[in-house]
Amino acid sequence: MGSNKKERIVGNKKSKVLSSLKNLGSRVYNQLENGFFPSITMPSRSTENINYDPDLRQYILGEKIVLRNSRIFTQTRGFTQLVWAATFSHELASQRKTSTLRDVYYSAQAYEMVFKDQQESNNIITDLETVLGLSREDFNIFPEERSAVFGDLTIAYTVPGYEGRTLNLTSHPDGVLIGPALTSAEFVGTTADKVIAIEKGGLFTRFVEENVHKKFNALLISTAGQAPRATRHFIRRLNREFNLPVYIFTDGDPWGMHIAMVIISGSANAAHLRELTTPDAKWMGVWASDIVDYKLPTYPLKEVDFTRLHELQRDPRYQTDPLWQKEIKTFLKIRKKAEQEAFSRYGLTYIVDEYLPAKLGETK
Amino acid sequence: MAQQTFQEISASDFFYRNRDIAGFTNPTRAIFATIRELVENSLDAAETIKVLPDVYVRLSFAKVGNQESQVFKLRVEDNGAGILPKHIPSAFGQVLYGSKYTLKQQRGTFGLGGKMAILYGQITTHQPAHVTSSTGTAKIYSFKLMMDIQKNRPIILDRRVSTNKGQWRGTIVEFCLEGDYLRAKPKVLEYFKQTAMVNPYANLTFVDPKGRLYKFTRGTTSMPDPPKETEPHPYGVDVELLQRLIQVTPYKNMLEFLKNEFHRVGEITAQKFLAFSNLSPRKNPKRLSHAELVSLMQNLKKFEKFLPPDSSCLSPLGEDLLKAGILKELKPEFLVVHQRKPSTYAGHPFIIETAIAYGGEIPKKNNFVIYRFANKIPLLYDEASDVSYRVINSMNWSRYKVTQDMPIAIVVHICSTKVPYKTVGKEFIADRPEVRREIANELRGVARKLQHFLSRRAHVNKEKKKFSVFIKYLPKIAQFSTDLAGKEKIPDIEKLLKSVRKFGIE
Ligand SMILES: Nc1ncnc2c1ncn2[C@@H]1O[C@H](COP(=O)(O)OP(=O)(O)OP(=O)(O)O)[C@@H](O)[C@H]1O
Ligand SMILES: [Mg+2]
Repeated sequence: MGSNKKERIVGNKKSKVLSSLKNLGSRVYNQLENGFFPSITMPSRSTENINYDPDLRQYILGEKIVLRNSRIFTQTRGFTQLVWAATFSHELASQRKTSTLRDVYYSAQAYEMVFKDQQESNNIITDLETVLGLSREDFNIFPEERSAVFGDLTIAYTVPGYEGRTLNLTSHPDGVLIGPALTSAEFVGTTADKVIAIEKGGLFTRFVEENVHKKFNALLISTAGQAPRATRHFIRRLNREFNLPVYIFTDGDPWGMHIAMVIISGSANAAHLRELTTPDAKWMGVWASDIVDYKLPTYPLKEVDFTRLHELQRDPRYQTDPLWQKEIKTFLKIRKKAEQEAFSRYGLTYIVDEYLPAKLGETK
Repeated sequence: MAQQTFQEISASDFFYRNRDIAGFTNPTRAIFATIRELVENSLDAAETIKVLPDVYVRLSFAKVGNQESQVFKLRVEDNGAGILPKHIPSAFGQVLYGSKYTLKQQRGTFGLGGKMAILYGQITTHQPAHVTSSTGTAKIYSFKLMMDIQKNRPIILDRRVSTNKGQWRGTIVEFCLEGDYLRAKPKVLEYFKQTAMVNPYANLTFVDPKGRLYKFTRGTTSMPDPPKETEPHPYGVDVELLQRLIQVTPYKNMLEFLKNEFHRVGEITAQKFLAFSNLSPRKNPKRLSHAELVSLMQNLKKFEKFLPPDSSCLSPLGEDLLKAGILKELKPEFLVVHQRKPSTYAGHPFIIETAIAYGGEIPKKNNFVIYRFANKIPLLYDEASDVSYRVINSMNWSRYKVTQDMPIAIVVHICSTKVPYKTVGKEFIADRPEVRREIANELRGVARKLQHFLSRRAHVNKEKKKFSVFIKYLPKIAQFSTDLAGKEKIPDIEKLLKSVRKFGIE
């Protein structure tokens, strides 16, 4: 892919974001001009309107529409906050500045738009995402929590002051933060042929030390727990733009399993958004059957773990691949869980020397 | 052998020994009761001649005593009818001597109040009382009096006559007494405030021992019509009263006696009654045997065809005056007053007037403020024993969307020729079923009006709150959307705001 074309895509996306924000402003402006109390419609995010789409392999919002009407005095304030958030986002995006949810909360005060609490301002941002069908990263609002990437991937920055500068992501052994600059960067090229996402930061560092990226020709990503949206989008891009298969390696318990699932099929909370999922990504372990096969050191499952397993058993996302149901049943049978680090009982390099090759072969 | 001695005591001696029942229980109550009795006499004296009352009360230190009980000099001056000189000594020096035994509504009833006050002063300080009065003639009479408690007779120590140059009319009473003003103060001030409330046409001035001036200025110059005197109603007489009536009547036969000495008894009713009780119309009432007298009394109560008493002998305050008084003293945000149709208990007519006031200077507490009045007298003690208190507390206020912690004052005024007091101290109203029922019905009526006010107010407040939201946020929406749409001109939102403005904002 030529770099010109990519630049256009990034530029298009940006102007699309700006114009949908501006459209929203015009809609409100025109209603006022015509002597109406302005109102905005958006898909409902209530649970009964969140459905699983087996084709898209993610949650989507249904047909139900809600109206935010400034004429209804209980909604007037929220409506104003929404219009403010759009104005603020437009300002950020057009000036190519980034911000966080926390920033949004405080920035509002400068406009005499005081939010009750962080939750209220977060909700308004989610409303704005829903209205526009864009995710907040598109209008430059990023989460606090950041994960990292390491490996032979060359990117070109688009952020002000760095435009056109390139970086190879092997340049720093701690990995490079998947922050605003990286998220908005273009991919120039890679020699890797796969992506391995790892739940725990410690293990990610070990993989870098053990040259896993070389040995397996892989890009390594630390999700640092539940992967942030920017990271999910980043993984999707690697998968789509370079056709790289994605393998996810988590703790062997219902929570680790679900970290993998959210990367694969998204979350109900983000049902109003697209392009955050990687449906072809694979959960590589630690499976319940690995616990048995590798005789890993374990902890007993707790009450909450069982409850979660039963929930997941009914979850539509877990009906897609028989692997999920099989592993859930195994967890329920062995009543045990294990952490990624449990392989260290066979020595620090066992996981790299033995387990990874075996699993990569198995999950291909 | 031990000998038991029998001894007759006089009326003054009796009340002296039992001064508790007249309200002179302790040095604190004594100060309060003294002021109250004299102020009431003054108000009565002005009202009988339909003159706007001006009452001036001054309490000053006479001699420094101990902390609890000090000697005060009390002076009460009014512009009332005045008293004829021949009545002055007895009116102020003989217990159960008074001009108010007749059947009309007045504050005074027992012929006791003023004397108890003077008696108390005499007992505690051994000093005479000074009474100066004129009925507006060319002369002013001044008396220096003491009471002979055993004999229930006034002792005149000095009597002076002076010329009345300024055509003054009224009465000045001055004497010393021992008491505890510091403790009595809250009640005394409350008494003046509440008196001002039900006597909105009166000027009341009080100067306390520290020289502080409390002035309650009249808020209106209209006065209720003075009550007319009436004969007793047959249902309301007892043997005592019957005997007294027979003694003084000039009529020589039962028919005339009944027709002329009783309230609402005419020729036909009298005849029917005499037939009912097997008495000859020609019988001379003075010849009735004791047995006949008793059976007459019983039959008067039994006979069902007497017309109910009418209320011309009552002088209620009326809705306008009650309103004026409450507005003046409580400055409420909302007020409803209502006067009920006259009713009777045991042959005595009575009228209930009530009011509910909300907000303003009424404090928020854990219960309603209750103002009780009887014949324009505030009742300040024994609230919990009063029938009004019981009625109010047995009402289901939540039905009216009212809670006890709201700033609400409830006023109940009972007017009657015979207020059903429980004691001579005139502190609280007895729980008579007829009275209770009337108060309850009356309060339900005003409570409903309060409910309407409250729900209307809640509605208005909600609209105002809504509007304040619109006025705060709509300009912001206009500003933000103008910026976001990249326009120059901010849309005009005045029309929109006008369309949602219902009651204006404060
Ligand atoms: N300030 C006054 N002006 C004119 N007359 C007065 C005044 N004070 C008292 N009197 C007369 O003296 C009488 C006796 O007064 P007193 O207060 O002792 O009894 P009362 O008012 O008749 O009954 P109560 O015991 O209920 O007060 C009154 O009935 C009235 O005629
Ligand atoms: Mg009196």
